[in-house]
Amino acid sequence: MKLDSMYQEIILDHYRNPHGKGLRDGDAEVHHVNPTCGDEITLRVKLDGAVVADVSYESQGCSISQASASVLNDLVVGKTVGEAQQVQEAFLELMQSKGQSEGDEEILEDAVAFAGVSKYPARVKCALLGWMAWKDATAKALAGHPEISD
Amino acid sequence: MTHSHLTGLLDTDAIRKDFPVLSRVLHDGKPLVYLDNAATSQKPRQVLDALNAYYEQHNSNVHRGVHVLAEEATALYEGARDKVAAFINAPSRNEVIFTKNASESLNLVANMLGWADEPYRVDADSEIVITEMEHHSNIVPWQLLAQRTGAKLKWFGLTDEGRLDLSNIDELITEKTKIVSVTLVSNLLGTVNPVETIVRKAQSVGALVAIDASQAAPHAVLDVQALEADFVAFTGHKMLAPTGIGVLWGRQELLEDLPPFLGGGEMIETVTMGSSTYAPAPHKFEAGTPPIAQAVGLGAAIDYLSAIGMDKVAAHEHAITAYAIERLAEVPDLRIIGPRTAVDRGAAISFTLGDIHPHDVGQVLDEQGIAVRVGHHCARPVCLRYGIPATTRASFYLYSTPGEVDALIDGLHHVRNFFG
Ligand SMILES: Cc1ncc(COP(=O)(O)O)c(C=O)c1O
Ligand SMILES: [Zn+2]
Repeated sequence: MKLDSMYQEIILDHYRNPHGKGLRDGDAEVHHVNPTCGDEITLRVKLDGAVVADVSYESQGCSISQASASVLNDLVVGKTVGEAQQVQEAFLELMQSKGQSEGDEEILEDAVAFAGVSKYPARVKCALLGWMAWKDATAKALAGHPEISD
Repeated sequence: MTHSHLTGLLDTDAIRKDFPVLSRVLHDGKPLVYLDNAATSQKPRQVLDALNAYYEQHNSNVHRGVHVLAEEATALYEGARDKVAAFINAPSRNEVIFTKNASESLNLVANMLGWADEPYRVDADSEIVITEMEHHSNIVPWQLLAQRTGAKLKWFGLTDEGRLDLSNIDELITEKTKIVSVTLVSNLLGTVNPVETIVRKAQSVGALVAIDASQAAPHAVLDVQALEADFVAFTGHKMLAPTGIGVLWGRQELLEDLPPFLGGGEMIETVTMGSSTYAPAPHKFEAGTPPIAQAVGLGAAIDYLSAIGMDKVAAHEHAITAYAIERLAEVPDLRIIGPRTAVDRGAAISFTLGDIHPHDVGQVLDEQGIAVRVGHHCARPVCLRYGIPATTRASFYLYSTPGEVDALIDGLHHVRNFFG
């Protein structure tokens, strides 16, 4: 069934047991919404030098938006900001691929499970919600720490 | 499932043959189950034929033309106005203004009042009253008017059962109230509102009343004289007509007194470089080339609905809605947002399904060919009121069948298994 290509088991697992959920201490906070379905996320980024020390979030929304925030947390925490930005760009590219890309598993790990979502234009925004919030929050956190640049 | 206990149903086998899109098959063999009628209706062959015939045989700009096509196009366009007037029991055809949709109709009322002279003028001493269950189209124009004039915006709240809370009507509608604008039927909750109570109160303080009939006109008899309101707005695409055509009905003496909003061709009497005088209503409010083919399509839609009879359409939808409410009760964890009986209720039913987000509910239903709408349905304050981010909404029309209700119920069980 076509639906299984969107709702991969990995996605449903992240949805049922989200990683890193809850708001903790951070250097910057943003609130993003997806007006089409009302998905919402409040996300904080904590930097430790050039390393993403924590991404914490409170969110409500569909399985895709929830799972994607959980995968984001797995993938970027512990990486340098530069590495994490590369992952974010790879994920954005995958989501904009309209089902044409499978994603680079070396970089995206569990996030390649979202490849099927890219076929559903109405759901791409759900998958990107947390990632765009992270990008925004990171830019804010960096603005507060001009010494970190890479 | 047997449906023999349902009474008042239309001959949907015959009706569905008129709607080409209803025979579509989706996703490898699933027949389309179209339950998104509150967002927009499907169009019967008769309306599509009228559009084609207009463009193939009669296309011209309207009014002031001296050639055959111009006369035919004008007769068709103005004939559509006659059909609308009869459909809503308007005392005069000159009270029917064509707009592009209900949103434009409501914005037109707000702007007429913002630019009006006394006694209609909305200004810093005025109050505007709406309700918490309005579509954004009947909220935002009033917020804009309030911001621009300094008027105060007030609203009726909602009860836990999804009905208007009229308990503080005397505090809400006062001597300061200039306009009360309420929906006749909620697009999210399905509630049919007791507008007569509100109209009587408004009349007692000399306030005008606008009624958003977008979810009413397609589904039941609409009689603007019986409503006793001052303005009634609705939109064609929800009642079998094409997109791009809406209606504002207004009482004649008001339309004579109130100022135009948009200026342009068609709406004038004479123009000099210094100033202009305006055509009488309705043309005063129809600047520029109107949506001609769309109005003709609306006329054909009204012919179609009238041939069936709006009382029969209402009875059919009532039976389907009652059956749907009964069967939805079988689905574990399903909570209807809005009245849980079919009394004073339209054919839109919103619900939540346990913790499963509506976006996921809608996606899994779509895979089975079932089209529902998910989200806040342009009535976000209702979601906030009931503490939910969004709902799934199934909404029925004259071609909906009990079998489609059964398909929805089966689909919802499947959704629960999928995310269970
Ligand atoms: C109650 C109600 N009012 C107004 C509207 C706006 O209609 P339109 O988008 O055609 O202007 C809608 C349709 O979504 C509605 O359901
Ligand atoms: Zn979503």
